Amino acid sequence: MADGAWRRFALRRTGRLLVSLWVLVTASFLMIHLVPGDPVRAALGMTASADLVAARRQSLGLNDPLWLQYWHYLRDLFTGNLGDSMVSGLPVADVIGDRLPATASLAGLAFLAAVALAVPTGVGMAILTRGGRRRWAETTYVSGSVVLATVPDFLLGVGLVAVFGVQLAWAPVAGRGGTATYVLPVLSLALGLAAVLGRIVRVEMVSVLDADYIRTARAKRLKARTIYLRHALPNALTATITVAGLMLGALVAGTVLVENVFAWPGLGYAIVQSILSKDYPVVQGIVLVYGIGVLLINLVVDVALALLDPRSTIRES
Amino acid sequence: MPRRWLNPTAIAAGVLLLAVLVMAVVAPIVWSEKADAVDTDQILQGSSAEHWAGTDSLGRDIFARVLVATGLSVSLALAATAIGISVGIVLGTAPMLFGTSPAGVRAGRLVTAFVNILVAFPGLLLALFFAVVFGVGATGALLAIGFASAPSFARLVHTLVAGIAERDYIAAARIAGVGRVRLLVRHVLPNIAEPLVVNATMAAGGALLSFAGLSFLGLGVQIPSYDWGRMLGEGLGGIYVHPSAALAPGIAVIVAGLAFNLFGEALARAVGLRNPSARPHRTPVAPAVSTSDGAAVLAVEGLRVSYGAVTPVRGISFAVGRGESVGVVGESGSGKSLTALAVARLIEEPGHVSADRLEFQGEDLRQPKRAHRKLLGTSLAMVFQDPMTSLNPTQRIGRQLAEVAEQHQGLNRRSAWARAVDRLRAVRVPDPARRAKQLPHEFSGGMRQRAMIGMGLMGTPALVIADEPTTALDVTTQKSVLELLRELREREAVALLLISHDVTVVRQVCDRVLVMYAGRIVEELPAASLTTAARHPYTRALVAAVPDMDTPRDRPLATIAGRPADPAALPEGCAFAPRCPLADERCAREDPPMVAGVACWKAGAVIAPDLQKRSEAAS
Ligand code: SF4
Repeated sequence: MADGAWRRFALRRTGRLLVSLWVLVTASFLMIHLVPGDPVRAALGMTASADLVAARRQSLGLNDPLWLQYWHYLRDLFTGNLGDSMVSGLPVADVIGDRLPATASLAGLAFLAAVALAVPTGVGMAILTRGGRRRWAETTYVSGSVVLATVPDFLLGVGLVAVFGVQLAWAPVAGRGGTATYVLPVLSLALGLAAVLGRIVRVEMVSVLDADYIRTARAKRLKARTIYLRHALPNALTATITVAGLMLGALVAGTVLVENVFAWPGLGYAIVQSILSKDYPVVQGIVLVYGIGVLLINLVVDVALALLDPRSTIRES
Repeated sequence: MPRRWLNPTAIAAGVLLLAVLVMAVVAPIVWSEKADAVDTDQILQGSSAEHWAGTDSLGRDIFARVLVATGLSVSLALAATAIGISVGIVLGTAPMLFGTSPAGVRAGRLVTAFVNILVAFPGLLLALFFAVVFGVGATGALLAIGFASAPSFARLVHTLVAGIAERDYIAAARIAGVGRVRLLVRHVLPNIAEPLVVNATMAAGGALLSFAGLSFLGLGVQIPSYDWGRMLGEGLGGIYVHPSAALAPGIAVIVAGLAFNLFGEALARAVGLRNPSARPHRTPVAPAVSTSDGAAVLAVEGLRVSYGAVTPVRGISFAVGRGESVGVVGESGSGKSLTALAVARLIEEPGHVSADRLEFQGEDLRQPKRAHRKLLGTSLAMVFQDPMTSLNPTQRIGRQLAEVAEQHQGLNRRSAWARAVDRLRAVRVPDPARRAKQLPHEFSGGMRQRAMIGMGLMGTPALVIADEPTTALDVTTQKSVLELLRELREREAVALLLISHDVTVVRQVCDRVLVMYAGRIVEELPAASLTTAARHPYTRALVAAVPDMDTPRDRPLATIAGRPADPAALPEGCAFAPRCPLADERCAREDPPMVAGVACWKAGAVIAPDLQKRSEAAS
């Protein structure tokens, strides 16, 4: 591919990333100012003395003009200072540092599990059911995955807890410890995603298998494995990656609920506690982390797409 | 069309959704009392005849509470969707409402860009953000979910509006001076209502699930009110002692969510569904007489290809001798391409191939055997019509050639690549070492077709089957590709089976020509005598349709009158009869057999010019 096209792509993409980041940071900054009433009063409760509230407002800089607060907020962000928790007094950056690995490992494993489930089933179903063969298998697969995909991950989590945790007592249902504690949370996040992805892989595979170049590959009498894995799969993955990327963002959001089902000590558990206790600095910090995570995922997806299908970077204007 | 609704899924989804909606209205009226009745003797009981889903920590009946909660859960979901759509419509039509003044255009772009940024964030994150801003509680959650769904509605509306903005009636209304708001309400929104409603239905399902999520987290509906999410959150704590307290509302959420989603999908399908019509069955006729030859590279007898009840290739027989060049001509739909695929054993299910004889290099191909892979992979080369789509877009050209040698000749990666470069050189691809590293989209159409041919030359082909190899190319490229094929024949002594609708191409390249019509060979003759000695009326019509030096410039290009035969509905007798200027009663009744290279009752009869004209007028 021409270098010029790549350069334009890189510029365009970086531009969009920066603007999105700015929107995110600004939204997170404004959050505390959009809250109805006095956020400090809300956080400290009705019983707190007026002096304490005033002092805390002062220390948070809430009495400065808005533009100055904005400036300080941006400046602090660059130095990695996210403020302190209004409840525990701990630096928000530490809270996030504590919690991030739990959430990231959960999301990452769930994504891998979903892909590991979806690609083989999707490819297998495509080969079995293409050209209207085995209608019953197709119907079963499609309706099964529709239902599975409609069940929200946290409800799936509740169901998994009831069956595998309570009834069968096979897996631990709360907290984060050894490998076993990962099983149910990861599954509750992965199954729905796998259902959606598997369906896309199947549809894409079926249409790719009808492509002229697959006929060419068959005319070359290549091994079936080569045709499916080398010629068909890479071409089916473009759409799959797009959707997987979009869904990875949703998966990150899904961890919020699933963590609360399994009392998983991650960011999602922390943000809900902080919202309920009106610990706004922590909420702001975690919103930023989630937002940045989503933006980075989108970036990776776009770059992966550009590498897989170089024409798409040219086509997009 | 009401008939489109008559499918079980749509009906089931409709009934389910209706039940959910009725329950939402009725349940709070009927069961509220029972749901709120505290019974301290019955705390945390399991399921019983009196309490189907057991009781909660105050001894209240969980089943009744789940039913009553339908009201709040569904109405909150619908309200949130309404908010989402309203905000979405405002944002999505903003570019249009701002108008076409430079400032308006800029403002519109800004809104669109903003929406595009928001869409990138998952709905739940937006909802959490808004939940903080609007405060914890039912109202806050309602606004949060509504606003969180607005960006994707905005994007949808924007796309839909852009899709119809250029339509005539919008332009007409604009010219007539209709105001922007009026234009929007009267002309634009009604025309995008259909997809909007479909999406709103599914979004309502999504909102229901989101609400359950927020309430579950404690950010939505607050005590003493309760919706399914709230019940779920309360039930989860006691799941060890009492699973039904969490499972019952969970199931309710799933059922209601499914109802909205499935109904939305059924709606979507009803909006754009097509029903393939059944095709009539037809009994095929006996195959034509064969002309086989012991030394043939390819010998085919009674070849038939069928798709269910339709048989587009109806028993054809021919042979291709060593180094011979045979052309197959006919209009599209005559079965010539299927014939090519069938002899190469490339017809896939649901297509079905049968033959009395199908031999390639003396090997019977009718029963698939392991050894055939290598034989066909090295000795049979295929060239397809569209070089734009026939090469894998994600693999380098050289790789696509090299893998043939790797799999069939046991070459290692390196020598296979070297051979690929050599073969590209053999088909006159300039600078083959560099070009081999390129992807197909970096090749021109002609170059790709050369690469395709080169791919066939990786082995030592005895036969090249080329299916319309030049149709997709421009005239000059056509010539050079044909030249290449001809040259290869001479240099490598390969036989060629050239499929084409173009009589001129076939005449230039081939020794012998098979003319196909409606799945049969209707005439077989030397290419040289195509113009002078064709005896079948169809062959003659094909030839006449080609402009040559003698064709007066001012006369319109001749075409063959009438429509090509539909393989699903062939006439009783000669398939060409409806279009044939010579057809008589017998032709309509009896199918002519192949006799001395032609299948026509009136082979060679003179076609009077006025007959020809009449048949053209009749079409
Ligand atoms: S058999 Fe009759 S209808 Fe058919 S081509 Fe000959 S003359 Fe025409």
